[in-house]
Amino acid sequence: MAISFNSALGVHEQALMVRERRAGVLAANLANADTPHYQARDLDFQALIRQAAAAQGGARLRATQGAHIARAAGGDGELLYRTPMQPTLDGNTVDGDIEMAQFARNALDFQASLTFLQSKFRGLRAALKGE
Amino acid sequence: MMSINAIFDVAGSAMSAQSVRLNTVASNLANAQTASSSIGQTYRARHPVFAPLYEEQLGATGADAQPGVQVLGIVESDAPLQPRYEPHHPLADAEGYVYYPNVNVVEEMADMISASRSFQINVQMVEAAKTLAQRVLALGQ
Repeated sequence: MAISFNSALGVHEQALMVRERRAGVLAANLANADTPHYQARDLDFQALIRQAAAAQGGARLRATQGAHIARAAGGDGELLYRTPMQPTLDGNTVDGDIEMAQFARNALDFQASLTFLQSKFRGLRAALKGE
Repeated sequence: MMSINAIFDVAGSAMSAQSVRLNTVASNLANAQTASSSIGQTYRARHPVFAPLYEEQLGATGADAQPGVQVLGIVESDAPLQPRYEPHHPLADAEGYVYYPNVNVVEEMADMISASRSFQINVQMVEAAKTLAQRVLALGQ
């Protein structure tokens, strides 16, 4: 089999996209930490990545009819609402500490995904050069 | 890279909203002792009203669109003013009263700490997003 970028990169490309999206969601939570009635949101990373892995492993959902809705790359999983730990008077459910911790962790995971991708590229390059 | 670029917009809108809040706190504290001779002319505490700022305003669309923050407006507090009997005050009215603003200094100080904390969090977020974007740009080198 010839080198295919899709299979060579594995799930890391999808993981990177989901983590990037999650960074945006968490950033919006932190930005709205003082906005009345704002409800904190988050993505279910595991569900999204399982979905992406299933799509890659052959169990792909195909659009066989015109009315079928195409699945967006990178997962179009629904944004969920976070269960608040402590209710606030103004109806805001953002807990700055939790969001900050999640954001930092997500940033670290993002860098991990990037490192994986980088080593995949290094491997591909070594294979192409044949040294 | 869409989401990461969106973080800059989102955090930027939050920083500008928080700086409006800090500004109102500064103006409230500065005018906390500004007396006047009538109820109508007395300074009243001002507070910004925040609301989420959705995608169409920020230019992003679809799944990448995350809400920023906007200041809907600045409202003046309805709390009662403080009339004080100071007949020797140059601004005292006919009965000897001057009116002091309804600024609650303790509340303003707490608001100031909260606003500056939130501002810092957003600065940290921009720095984190910058690091991530730089790492993405260096991918494959």
